[in-house]
Amino acid sequence: MSLLKIENLHAAIDGKEILRGIDLEIGPGEIHAIMGPNGSGKSTLSYVLAGRPGYDVTAGSVTFQGKDLLALEANERANEGIFLAFQYPVEIPGVAGMTFLRESYNAKLRYQGEAEADAMQFLKMVRAKAKTLNMNDDMLKRPVNVGFSGGEKKRNEILQMAVLEPTLAVLDETDSGLDIDALKLVSEGVNALRSADRSMLIITHYQRLLNYIQPDHVHVLAHGRVQRSGGRELALELEANGYAEYAEEAA
Amino acid sequence: MSATAETVDKVKDLTADKYKYGFSTDIEMEFAPKGLNEDIVRFISAKKKEPEWMLEWRLKAYRHWLTMETPNWAKVGYPEINYQDVYYYAAPKNMEDGPKSLDEVDPELLKTYEKLGIPLREQELLAGVVAVDAVFDSVSVATTYKAKLTEMGVVFCSISEAVREYPEMVKKYLGSVVPYSDNYFATLNCAVFTDGSFVYVPKGLRCPMELSTYFRINAENTGQFERTLIIADEGAYVSYLEGCTAPQRDENQLHAAVVELVTLENAEIKYSTVQNWYPGDETGKGGIYNFVTKRGACRGANSKISWTQVETGSAITWKYPSCILQGDNSVGEFYSVAITNNAQQADTGTKMIHLGKNTRSTIISKGISAGRADNTYRGLVKVMPKADGARNFTQCDSLLIGDKCGAHTVPYIESRNPSARVEHEATTSKISDDQLFYCMQRGLSAEDAVGVIVNGFCKEVMKNLPMEFAVEAQKLIGISLEGSVG
Repeated sequence: MSLLKIENLHAAIDGKEILRGIDLEIGPGEIHAIMGPNGSGKSTLSYVLAGRPGYDVTAGSVTFQGKDLLALEANERANEGIFLAFQYPVEIPGVAGMTFLRESYNAKLRYQGEAEADAMQFLKMVRAKAKTLNMNDDMLKRPVNVGFSGGEKKRNEILQMAVLEPTLAVLDETDSGLDIDALKLVSEGVNALRSADRSMLIITHYQRLLNYIQPDHVHVLAHGRVQRSGGRELALELEANGYAEYAEEAA
Repeated sequence: MSATAETVDKVKDLTADKYKYGFSTDIEMEFAPKGLNEDIVRFISAKKKEPEWMLEWRLKAYRHWLTMETPNWAKVGYPEINYQDVYYYAAPKNMEDGPKSLDEVDPELLKTYEKLGIPLREQELLAGVVAVDAVFDSVSVATTYKAKLTEMGVVFCSISEAVREYPEMVKKYLGSVVPYSDNYFATLNCAVFTDGSFVYVPKGLRCPMELSTYFRINAENTGQFERTLIIADEGAYVSYLEGCTAPQRDENQLHAAVVELVTLENAEIKYSTVQNWYPGDETGKGGIYNFVTKRGACRGANSKISWTQVETGSAITWKYPSCILQGDNSVGEFYSVAITNNAQQADTGTKMIHLGKNTRSTIISKGISAGRADNTYRGLVKVMPKADGARNFTQCDSLLIGDKCGAHTVPYIESRNPSARVEHEATTSKISDDQLFYCMQRGLSAEDAVGVIVNGFCKEVMKNLPMEFAVEAQKLIGISLEGSVG
């Protein structure tokens, strides 16, 4: 059975249709990459999955672990195991990274009907995970994303993912704004989280990221639809030929 | 478990839910007749068994009050108050002679405290850090730790008791910071104040316990006129906590308290408030009118007064805790969080009056508005000609939630000394949809998300609160803003 099943998904923002019938299925432990030109609906898809307000689903369905995902609030989807690594992580002034992590982690535990985490053990766990991402205590004390460099913000996203241990991680252009060293570090962080019971949906413009995080499946999204699906070789083909052939199908 | 932990736990229980304090205790009240005239002033004074000089002072204030007009410069709106339709004295009847111990306290009353999370009985048994001079309506019913404090030479009692037991001190300091003719509400308070706390910390003593008073308005239609006087003698230090809750009711309640602080040379007073009076329903009906005059005088050189307030309650808040920096090198601080939701209105800020040389003041104000609420920061920084080298730093930040609320900043700066340095910074921001979605994507509910974001916004102020209060205050912030999003 698939973990995530998207069928004929249509979504609009301010009355303008962006997604025009997406079909996509992700199995447990699978890594899927979605590539496509600007404006093809990649980020919209990630926001619709995560439940961002302002997007109207006009048709279709999304089933996650057998549940109707679209009927859930954003925080419920998160607590069900969906994690979105933001393209532009948001600043929350005055809220220490560690505090934010603890609030999120405990929200999930409460959702599952479990007791909140022991503060000391939680601290230890986070520190250990932060270390693998080259993040020191100072970064955990600083307010969430405030004054962070592009690379620090993305590492922070991966740290949150490592702590919250999602079943499905959606990475929205995690490679944007990263230099080659940061890209490597972030990719290693993501790869360390690969497991048989964690699936990922990686959204990117460039095949470069996929050299580091190797997907099982690649999909080309254009004009709000999946135009082609294939294996890794599809990404290489796109790298060579660009998105020109998909641009011609303008609606 | 220590008394502090106990208190913190109780407070947690209390604040885990929405406004829970909407209950009223059934205790026979002994009212003075409704309305205000000289006879009522005499009645109150007689009830308090006050000496003649105290009565004279009250009457002087009352007569002056008759010549005054309600101030209308604040950005708050409310129907005219009929001062003849208010009870000015209400005491739980069987408290008439004052209980000698907790055993003599009406069990109903103890139950009320229980609900409010003041484990007096436990506190007396357990080794404690917080002494509570609990004020139930107008009569102080119980004071704990008194013995221990007395041993160290600290006086912590009700103001009524102080008038009887320490008349010289009261005569010397009462009205010395907020004179009887100060302003409409303070003058009214001078005439009819019923109870409150008195603290004296002797020379050189650093009071090891945080002193705490929980105010509570209980009798319907009864105005509350608390009077607090705190004196820190040379080199003394004291931290004082004031917290308030009130039961739900339908009629607006008038509250006009006066707090006076005096620090002598090298002394310091830290005064912290968490104010959570009933704000009224969503339309503002039934909320408390809170017209408070709080002022501290740094009389001695190198002395310091620090106000920290978290204001979440009341339908109307009119409050400007101020510092008169008289002694050279004295320091005044004002840290404030004011939250208004639904139809609440707050006009609050501070006055820093620099008189002495090298006096310094810091103002950090965080205003949060949600619903249809109006939130105004109003502050005055005044540097007098002799205040060479005076410095002030002011930061006023406003946070808006939704698009129907208002935030206003009204800073007055008056410098008469060219060597003074006065800085003012102000920002206004909104909780963005991006921030909310980001938090929710990490699993937080919309309300928890607002709580986290607002607590972050207020951090600079919250960190100045003593531990006991910080826990309560953080929860309160979340509770106060419930229903403001989504």
